[in-house]
Amino acid sequence: MYQFLYDLIGNEILAGLLVAVVPLTIILVFALFGIWLERKVSAHMQDRLGPMRTGWHGWLQTVADLMKMLQKEDIVATDADKTLYNIAPVLVFSGSFAAYAVIPFSSKLLGSEVEIGIFYVLAISSLVVAGILMAGWSANNKYSLLGAMRAAAQIISYEIPTIIVVLTIVMITGTLSLYKLSELQSGYFWNWMIFGGPGPGLHKFLFIPFMFIGFIILYISTLAEVNRTPFDIPEAESELVAGYHTEYSGMKFAMFFLAEYANMFAVSAIVAAVFFGGYQSPFGYLGNAFNLPWLIPIEQFFWFTAKGLFFVFVQMWLRWTLPRLRVDQLMAVCWKYLIPISFVNLIVVGLISVL
Amino acid sequence: MKNPEEIFEQLKAEFGDVVLGIDKETPTEPLISIDPLKMNKVGAFLRDSDDLKFDSLMVLSGVDDANGAKIKDADGVDSISGGTLSVYYHLHSINLKHKITLRVSTSRENPQVESVYNVWRTSDWHEREAYDMFGIIFLNHHDLRRILMPYDWEAGYPLRKDYKNPEFYKGMKVPY
Amino acid sequence: MPLKTETMILNMGPQHPSTHGVLRLELDIEGELILSVKPHIGYLHRCFEKHAEAMTYPQVIPYTDRLDYLAAMGNNFGYVVAVEKLLGIQIPERVEYIRVIMAELQRIASHLVAIATNGADIGALTPFLYLFRDREYILSLFEMTCGARMLYNYMWIGGLSHDIHPDFVRKTKEFINHFRPTVVELNNLLTFNKIFIERTANIGILPIDTAINFGASGPVLRGSGLPFDVRKEDPYSIYNRFDFEIPTGIGLVGTVGDCWDRYYVRVLEMEQSVRIIEQAIDNIPEGNVQSAIPKRIKPPKGTAYARVENPRGELGFFIISDGNLNPFRVKVRAPSFVNLEVMGELCKGHLVADVIAILGSLDIVLGEIDR
Repeated sequence: MYQFLYDLIGNEILAGLLVAVVPLTIILVFALFGIWLERKVSAHMQDRLGPMRTGWHGWLQTVADLMKMLQKEDIVATDADKTLYNIAPVLVFSGSFAAYAVIPFSSKLLGSEVEIGIFYVLAISSLVVAGILMAGWSANNKYSLLGAMRAAAQIISYEIPTIIVVLTIVMITGTLSLYKLSELQSGYFWNWMIFGGPGPGLHKFLFIPFMFIGFIILYISTLAEVNRTPFDIPEAESELVAGYHTEYSGMKFAMFFLAEYANMFAVSAIVAAVFFGGYQSPFGYLGNAFNLPWLIPIEQFFWFTAKGLFFVFVQMWLRWTLPRLRVDQLMAVCWKYLIPISFVNLIVVGLISVL
Repeated sequence: MKNPEEIFEQLKAEFGDVVLGIDKETPTEPLISIDPLKMNKVGAFLRDSDDLKFDSLMVLSGVDDANGAKIKDADGVDSISGGTLSVYYHLHSINLKHKITLRVSTSRENPQVESVYNVWRTSDWHEREAYDMFGIIFLNHHDLRRILMPYDWEAGYPLRKDYKNPEFYKGMKVPY
Repeated sequence: MPLKTETMILNMGPQHPSTHGVLRLELDIEGELILSVKPHIGYLHRCFEKHAEAMTYPQVIPYTDRLDYLAAMGNNFGYVVAVEKLLGIQIPERVEYIRVIMAELQRIASHLVAIATNGADIGALTPFLYLFRDREYILSLFEMTCGARMLYNYMWIGGLSHDIHPDFVRKTKEFINHFRPTVVELNNLLTFNKIFIERTANIGILPIDTAINFGASGPVLRGSGLPFDVRKEDPYSIYNRFDFEIPTGIGLVGTVGDCWDRYYVRVLEMEQSVRIIEQAIDNIPEGNVQSAIPKRIKPPKGTAYARVENPRGELGFFIISDGNLNPFRVKVRAPSFVNLEVMGELCKGHLVADVIAILGSLDIVLGEIDR
């Protein structure tokens, strides 16, 4: 996309800036939509209606909340460590935002074509941990500290099953780049990784159960990465008031929220890209059918966002159904169940692919 | 299943002078009066003896009997001098299904009652409340401090009949 | 050389989303492990007992509503039974039947709140709304009868304030038909949910002897396995005419006396209350609900202690009368006051997150603790 814009504009810096702005717009629009979606989904699951007055069925509610937050006084506690306190939300948001650079929204809409796609995403989302620890520590509040420590432990532990499952996929396909991974799954939906990936041979059908297990492990681990119920101990509202963002008010609090929704979409997008074909359509392209080649990237963008939104919807669905796990049970699930299963998965998939 | 007279006889036989009497004038429940400084032993006996087995203390209430002389002191403020403060214990047995009411009375000037904290743990907070509201000191209680009023309330014991609200508490006006 | 560590004192202060009112818990923690819990109460003290000495006997009844504001009918019932014991009067049959029906409806409503908030503290936010939707039916039944949804001033000494509406019987039967499937839905959603069981089973185990010694009552005592219910032990009003069981904790998942048992006892008790209402609703005799109310209530000198089974436990009123129009002393034995003392024992050796689960299972209301 950088190349495309550079050819269009001719100025390196401007093209670079525009490339950065596009995912930012996507995140902001998604956050607007995502918060509204969450409120409506939760409301309908709880037998009530949710926001109904601001705009059609309340879709402008997020805008109204944003305007309210902008007007709030920015309170900083006296004993808080001011530098860390101010940097923390920025760091948390940057970690999530930076991950969008390598997510392929369509075959033409890609932030930057690095070869190490997934590796980069997993590395940069560790910035989020640093940000959370900073937020918890600098607020000079025991609740925040407890929440931040729990969050750090949780995120770091759950990165391991994520990495192992991703390794499984990388092992089969031989590429780290999400763009190439999506390209590999072209064709119809039976070429998606969840159904064994492309490629002829018996391997494809043998892979299927292990791909399902891998998908479930990946989904659960990424749920824990973004601190959603049943893993939302760090921001457990009824235990630690609001966990590591207790002391924040106004725009900084909104930044944390934005970061959470950005993260949610990012991990859903990664799950979709790795297992469900990325931006590939399951049924073929209308552009091909009507011989309009410029339609294809648009269709791919539509499919990609649809898959991402579906997984976001499942995340919200889980949040409003299940109670939350206690911290030690959360760790037990990760270290005693998810990691051994994902290791075994890795080994078996490796054996099958060698045969 | 024993009735209060039988229990009174048994207690009198066991403890002698400590058990002061039985009051049958109240129509609904006869009261056995006990010496305030021997309450712990009587309580332990009531809880542990095989044919009584009072293992549950239902309620422990402090009462200001208001039977002293009403005097007006120098500022024209009414107060009561002399008289007694009482503590009523209602006991109940889960297995044997009988009930009894005990009463101890102490003087208003120096109210002291032995605590039954180690006999029935229920009395832990009930005794703190009786101390908080009436000023009755429970001897050998492990942590006797105010429970409902603020911990540093200096102005007296609220449920006494001659209690007057202070004007200010830490700079805040009390009567509004 | 061993690492020098200090324990941290964390204050779950008076303002907290899940302490069920203004309760301050001082936790002494080491990492996540609890060393001791000290509850501090008194933030909601409204001097009920002092007020009661300044008012006449009927005037005290609205104040009793405000003790345990989630189960107001039960408080009225307790006070009225105590005063009637002092007076020694006979109550018409119609009044007794209606009182029992109201008390059992109130028990269902109060248990719905307890279960809903217990689930909400653990993190399951959806059953909270489903159960409150069901509680709306009960509150509208109460509103139809006496005009108030939460604080009723309904049971007067010797009778009731209003007779029931002509539609009351029909609407109560509709509610009963609607309610039974709701309990099945609740069980599927929350009670047997694996994560909920992980959070509450084997947590806060209360042995029977400790429970009796501490004076625990209600679902807290029954959850530890002892089938003790004031309605069967010390029957008041006409409870001895109805056929119902006393659910106890049997350690279905986990140990006897853990948080899940106390929670499940509440779910089963709602079913038993529905049974009592079904037996009573068809047999209400005719009569005048206000015929036995004395003109001036001046009990003879004496003392009386009467206890009723409130949804939270054994509520007792100890009334001393000296022959005047005002009571001489009214002492309230609040079940939550006594149940909260157990908190220090139950929390030892658990984690911070368990304190919330245990507090939710004890089901306290600060209104009656602080009076």
